[in-house]
Amino acid sequence: MRLTVWTYEGPPHVGAMRVATAMEGVHYVLHAPQGDTYADLLFTMIERRPARPAVSYTTFQARDLGRDTAALFKDAVHDAYDRFRPDALMVGASCTAELIQDDPGGLAETLGLPVPVVPLELPSYQRKESWGAAETFYRIARALAGPHAPPPGTARPPRAAGAAPTCNILGPTALGFRHRDDVQEVTRLLADLGVTVTVTAPLGATPADLARLGEADFNVVLYPEFAETTARWLEKTFGQPATKTVPIGVGATRDFVTEVAGLAGVDPAPVLTRLAPRLPWYSRSVDSTYLTGKRVFIFGDATHALAAARVAAEEMGFEVVGLGTYAREFARDVRAAAKHYGVEPLITDDYLEVEATIAALHPDLVLGTQMERHIAKRLGVPCAVISAPVHVQDFPARYAPQMGVEGANVLFDTWVHPLMMGLEEHLLGMFREDFEFHAEAGPSHLASASSGRPAAAAVPPSDPSPAQRAGAEVAAGAAPAGDPAVPASSSSPSPSASAGPVWTAEAERELHKIPFFVRGKARRNTERFAAERGVSTITIETLYDAKTYYSR
Amino acid sequence: MTSRAALANPACPAPDGAADGAALPVVRERGQNEVFCGLTGIIWLHRKIQDAFFLIVGSRTCAHLMQSAAGVMIFAEPRFATAILEERDLAGLADANDELDREVARLLERRPDIKLLFLVGSCPSEVIKLDLSRAAVRLSQAYAGRTRVLSYSGSGLDTTFTEGEDAALAALVPEMPAAGDAAAPELLVLGTLADVVEDQMARLFAAFGLERVRFVPPRHAGDLPAVGPNTRLLLAQPFLAETARLLERRGATRLAAPFPLGEEGTTLWLKAAADAFGVPAERFEQVTAAARARARAALEPQRAALAGKRIFFFPDSQLEPPLARFLARELGMVPVEVATPYLHRGLMAPELALLPPDTRLVEGQHLDNQLDRCRDARPDLTVCGLGLANPLEAEGLTTKWAIELVFTPIQGYEQAGDLADLFARPLRRAGLLRV
Repeated sequence: MRLTVWTYEGPPHVGAMRVATAMEGVHYVLHAPQGDTYADLLFTMIERRPARPAVSYTTFQARDLGRDTAALFKDAVHDAYDRFRPDALMVGASCTAELIQDDPGGLAETLGLPVPVVPLELPSYQRKESWGAAETFYRIARALAGPHAPPPGTARPPRAAGAAPTCNILGPTALGFRHRDDVQEVTRLLADLGVTVTVTAPLGATPADLARLGEADFNVVLYPEFAETTARWLEKTFGQPATKTVPIGVGATRDFVTEVAGLAGVDPAPVLTRLAPRLPWYSRSVDSTYLTGKRVFIFGDATHALAAARVAAEEMGFEVVGLGTYAREFARDVRAAAKHYGVEPLITDDYLEVEATIAALHPDLVLGTQMERHIAKRLGVPCAVISAPVHVQDFPARYAPQMGVEGANVLFDTWVHPLMMGLEEHLLGMFREDFEFHAEAGPSHLASASSGRPAAAAVPPSDPSPAQRAGAEVAAGAAPAGDPAVPASSSSPSPSASAGPVWTAEAERELHKIPFFVRGKARRNTERFAAERGVSTITIETLYDAKTYYSR
Repeated sequence: MTSRAALANPACPAPDGAADGAALPVVRERGQNEVFCGLTGIIWLHRKIQDAFFLIVGSRTCAHLMQSAAGVMIFAEPRFATAILEERDLAGLADANDELDREVARLLERRPDIKLLFLVGSCPSEVIKLDLSRAAVRLSQAYAGRTRVLSYSGSGLDTTFTEGEDAALAALVPEMPAAGDAAAPELLVLGTLADVVEDQMARLFAAFGLERVRFVPPRHAGDLPAVGPNTRLLLAQPFLAETARLLERRGATRLAAPFPLGEEGTTLWLKAAADAFGVPAERFEQVTAAARARARAALEPQRAALAGKRIFFFPDSQLEPPLARFLARELGMVPVEVATPYLHRGLMAPELALLPPDTRLVEGQHLDNQLDRCRDARPDLTVCGLGLANPLEAEGLTTKWAIELVFTPIQGYEQAGDLADLFARPLRRAGLLRV
């Protein structure tokens, strides 16, 4: 047993739902107790789908357990087929049904339906959502494309002279982070290269499309966590090579173009010359100088975390101080990348471990999932979302890919935005204690309204908001740079109130020259420094000794 | 004036199971249910009982459900969690109990403020027959004097959505001290109400001169009231059949009343208590007059927007019949179909007596058939879950998502206008949009 509040991934049958819902003409019958239909709202609310997911549930209850749940399942399959008339059915069990062992595959087979029925075995107590999606995609691709496979050992016939090179795009699903727009962006990139897309799957594909998977010359793997198993099988069965580069970021997009051109046998040069993302210029513009060496912590699914690390280091000029993933299946790749950046890899699905790591590293920016967004908020660190799981706001109405040229532009804006906000907050805070702008000063143009201060100025200076503590460039130079990750204790009484080192009057005055939003931190650090060394009286020297000690 | 008419002819208390002469026929359906399981009750219960922790013993699905249902609440150090069963827990039961003990020990070490721990059963824990009630006894002994450990099932096999609260409160009943025959009469209000609503009700009861009024669940686990033959039981929520039954078995007398939704429902509900405690009619009038007038005034503009509109309820919380009654009688809406996951005839009798006689009442669900009926009926407003709301909107039907009705304060006089507005807003919005 493991105690959990947050989960990065749902159970594997939710992965299967993501494949079923992504496709057209497929229906999934899930043997599951009453209540498991909750997963429908992920699709209808978070992704805002205008139709119910293509899933029917048996919704058995306690009173059914004594009777024939197998019959219930068969009826549900029958009803679903009669009502929805899908071109292919998928059947499987959720975690509870797995325990009652009704064998959905076997039961569905006895019905003799006139369409392919794909049984799914998804071990709920070992595996999770992404694995469930990958396995489901593989099973249905194999069931539908498999019959068209040439005999083993057959060489792939050369492409007809003059025919355009073709590929499949593999991996986009329902509830995928920016999958909708990534597909559009990559399709455009492929068209620039003169490559025709045979099938995009699972998103938008029909069973008939899946049957044609073998026709393409090669495969473009957009999201390895969902498509790698299928791509490997297609390579073995149809001799189709697959891309290894995920085109997130400028460098990766260029590598992707080169890789695809190689597989397609075309010249990448014209396309590479035409690629004109704005990211490189924005990143070189002097306004971005302050981004240099910003310490960034990256966590998410492996694909997005690895891509983000490269963009952060090579295209934004950040320092990667932490890299991790919740996807154990891709731990090896993340470990290798972490080694490359000289950081400790973090492979965990325990958010408390992620929180502790972020707190210990005190980065300037966190790139992560919805969970990291909340952790960062709690710690007062700027944050941008780069990976699922995400909330409804990360299924935006506007065009917002992560991949390709426009994806690179989106990344620049998305990541810099919270830092700019941090700097803005910081400047506002700086000036707030200035003699003209201090909290008690009324607006100068309203002599009478001395109490009518703008809301931002009404915050008591002794209680800096996390945002004001964030992005504090100047603070690093003006104050003992300490541990920004202590705000968890910032609401507790200041250690100075308890027994501990005593401040001299000069040291206290010097402390007050430090901007208020780092003053508390400076005080705590200095006191800790003094206590650790048995110093009972804090002088100006102690203050600056502590600053030197804590500054990196 | 509907409320006066209703007052003049108060709904007759019908004993459990007794057929009410005016009762509506009930259509019973079986098939796919699009409902939450009882685990979701934890989301509001843990907010109410401030020193309780809810430990679900279940699968990743249970944890994922809680995360999806709790939304951003999950990021606020909630007092609930899931002990996720792993493969090795399924291998042998002795091991699962050891594992549970270890996780509880870790949890209580981290949260020393927890006075009451609920072990909440799920479908997986039920199917592998992990005996959580025995585990609760064992752990209660181990943490005696510190933390009380109870258990109940919130599994989808046993409970639908709000029935999770019923199961949790039923587990509290044996914990309530016994009040003897000589104890002073006490009013016990049963069912989670928002603190603001609870306070309003408490003020009204005090103004009637009722000094001994207690609410269950209490805000602190240690504040459970006593129960005995002089306890008068008033249900604030319709989904508490099992808890009510257990309390009646301990001697409490249930006061039959509609539920406190709308001006009329609140008045009849308060009246049931006032009558049971011999509050003079003038005093009742005096105390409630101003609030009733306020409620009616708040409903007036909503009535203009809602009167004559046809409404269709998918089953969700068992609040559907009282909501339909409120919307029909106080706002002039026309209930086409009122479906409820479970219908307790006895508890619901005062409500059913007030529903329009041509209302189609459905217990249970066959989702696809019900969707067909809904499409055929083309109601002006459809009350349904979040899995159905957007798909129905996309088909051109205006919807009101049902869960909000459980999380928003809707009971009592001061909330009557807000409650009406929850239904008026989607229609107003549909009228506003020109895209």
